[in-house]
Amino acid sequence: MIGLEHYLAVAAALFVIGIFGLFLNRKNIIILLMSIELMLLSVNINFVAFSAYLNDYVGQIFTLFVLTVAAAEAAIGLAILVCFFRNKGSIDVEDVNVMKG
Amino acid sequence: MGIAELAFYTFSMSTLIGGTFTVVSRNPVHSVLWLILAFLSAAGLFVLLGAEFVAMLLIIVYVGAVAVLFLFVVMMLDVDFAELKAEMAKYLPLGLLIGVIVLMQLMFALGVWDYSSGYEDRVAAAIGSGTNTAELGAIIYDEYILIFQLSGLILLVAMIGAIVLTLRHRTDVKRQDVVAQMMRDPAKAMELKNVKPGQGL
Repeated sequence: MIGLEHYLAVAAALFVIGIFGLFLNRKNIIILLMSIELMLLSVNINFVAFSAYLNDYVGQIFTLFVLTVAAAEAAIGLAILVCFFRNKGSIDVEDVNVMKG
Repeated sequence: MGIAELAFYTFSMSTLIGGTFTVVSRNPVHSVLWLILAFLSAAGLFVLLGAEFVAMLLIIVYVGAVAVLFLFVVMMLDVDFAELKAEMAKYLPLGLLIGVIVLMQLMFALGVWDYSSGYEDRVAAAIGSGTNTAELGAIIYDEYILIFQLSGLILLVAMIGAIVLTLRHRTDVKRQDVVAQMMRDPAKAMELKNVKPGQGL
């Protein structure tokens, strides 16, 4: 059987790819949201791997809730994105400066 | 190498390849398709771990709903994506630097990681005899019922929020106004003229 470390390594690599995507796509909020989804997926892989190797179902249940929150976040994020595009005509992160934050 | 190992390496490679091309792809539609590949292979990894329910949930929720939502938004917005990608090279060195640093940190942590002593005693008793779905259901609807209901509430709030954010009243389209139609007064709407013979209006 494959060791737990292998799954953890895959999850770590996927998480780093997500972070890399956050830095690479500063101009495109859609791909930023996709990178966040990738990072959440890597967290889910960690949860499920530990759950399987420790014989504890709570990890899989927590994965369920992470999945729920990720779906809600994607829906709200895309709704805000559509709203923003209607007002500004672009999806550039640099253009999100109305509040001077 | 057994079939399980082969499946693990195939699925993990395609997960990582899908993730990589999601973030570097030039066309956002291709990005979404690579994201779907990553999710499907992650579902394969979950099946290998014996978590069938979460795997099927991943396919239904992510591939069936979230990825399609992304695809919908990408196709709906009329954005000049070539221009957006032009500055990608500017952020590449910084992104690579931080990515390599975080990866090294995680790998250092993974390299020295080990089970603590006496770990076998603390592992929960062997998983019950039922299927994965039945066992999960027994736990969710028993111990975690409150959190389960709350996650439903989160989805409800997200649904209402998305509708409120994207709903708009357009002023440039004609709509049927039922009340105005019913309250119309025939006396005001038309006028009877007594036209004499041989005369025009």
